Amino acid sequence: MVSVQERLERVQELVAAVPDPEIPVVTIEDLGILRDVAATYDGRIVVTLTPTYSGCPAIDPIRNDVERAVSDAGIADVEVRLQLAPAWTTDWLSQPGRAKLEAYGIAPPAPVAGSGCPIVDSTPRCPRCGSRDTRLLSRFGATPCQAQHACNDCLEPFDAFKSL
Amino acid sequence: MSVAAAATEQTWVYALRLGDDALVLAQRLGEWSASAPELEEDMALSNIALDLLGQARTLLTRAGELEGAGRDEDALAYLRNEREFLNVLLVEQDNGDFAQTIVRQLLFSAYQHELYGALRASTDPVLAGVAGKAVKEVAYHRDHALTWTLRLGDGTDESRARMQRALERLWPYAGELFEADALTDRLAADGVAVDPAALRPAWEAFVLDALARATLTLPQDDWHPTGGRAGRHEEALGLLLAELQHVHRSHPGATW
Repeated sequence: MVSVQERLERVQELVAAVPDPEIPVVTIEDLGILRDVAATYDGRIVVTLTPTYSGCPAIDPIRNDVERAVSDAGIADVEVRLQLAPAWTTDWLSQPGRAKLEAYGIAPPAPVAGSGCPIVDSTPRCPRCGSRDTRLLSRFGATPCQAQHACNDCLEPFDAFKSL
Repeated sequence: MSVAAAATEQTWVYALRLGDDALVLAQRLGEWSASAPELEEDMALSNIALDLLGQARTLLTRAGELEGAGRDEDALAYLRNEREFLNVLLVEQDNGDFAQTIVRQLLFSAYQHELYGALRASTDPVLAGVAGKAVKEVAYHRDHALTWTLRLGDGTDESRARMQRALERLWPYAGELFEADALTDRLAADGVAVDPAALRPAWEAFVLDALARATLTLPQDDWHPTGGRAGRHEEALGLLLAELQHVHRSHPGATW
């Protein structure tokens, strides 16, 4: 008989490895979408997720991927819950997550905490050539969480994670 | 009816009002997909629409729960008629040209930014939760509208004339955003809702500054069309709902 503690640790491990469906180089743990994995008094396990943007279409696939990761490993009695508050912020992105994004070609977000406003007007570093001389093309990009920038040195356009 | 039951009944209507504002504007902005002036705007307006749709889904789901009649977000979005929609008239106005869409965005996103900012303190946990997320999203919507207002207003003769025309057309509809009524009075006193009238000073400070910087002239404050919160709409909403609802109504219960 597997103990609740062992099941809990196994579920934590499995769901932490679930990739984001839109930016598969980072996991839902890297992005801060995975908020909690906890056991209830009666031995069930509750996985708590938080959506990034209100309308982000990725949250349903993420939920399915989490459920599949757990059921494929033969673990039952796991419930997935969505939680709105506290609201997701890009400050929850992990350091490894930020490095993986940049290596993938997406500039990581600037810190929001304390700025009071999610819009941080820093110029992100070009993830291709490393130049700081970049410009904003549009505050909206290929996914709700990204904006479009261009590099004035290597002239390549690139995506950047919006601070939220 | 008990006092608590009466408050719940009013909260569901309040959630419906805010949800309908977001849903109708999301549908309007979606009309720009693949036909905006530039590719970046296709994406920007579609992204804004997506944020609003997400807000609408949570608000309508909450309204359905509080109503307690078994209606989910789909039943509320697809199976109500025009007179049952409680959105303000501003959000149902046609997109017009790009200038008209931008002026509508400026007026509405500045309002929604103040609304959600204040609603974070709501005693209703779902309303407070939606507001906490949405206020950050709407900061981007407002910034987008401001950027374009400055660029087009203080732009060429043609762009300025179009922005001024759009402002003349839409300014009268702004008044309805701040109308309080018995329902908002009651819910604001309970800490559930925000008094719409209280949002006006901060909204005005932002919008009037934007218009002045964009060299636009404030229209005369004369007539104030109203009635959306009571389900009295203009012709435009019926056409919008026909497009929004027809697949769901033509194929009831269809899934894929």
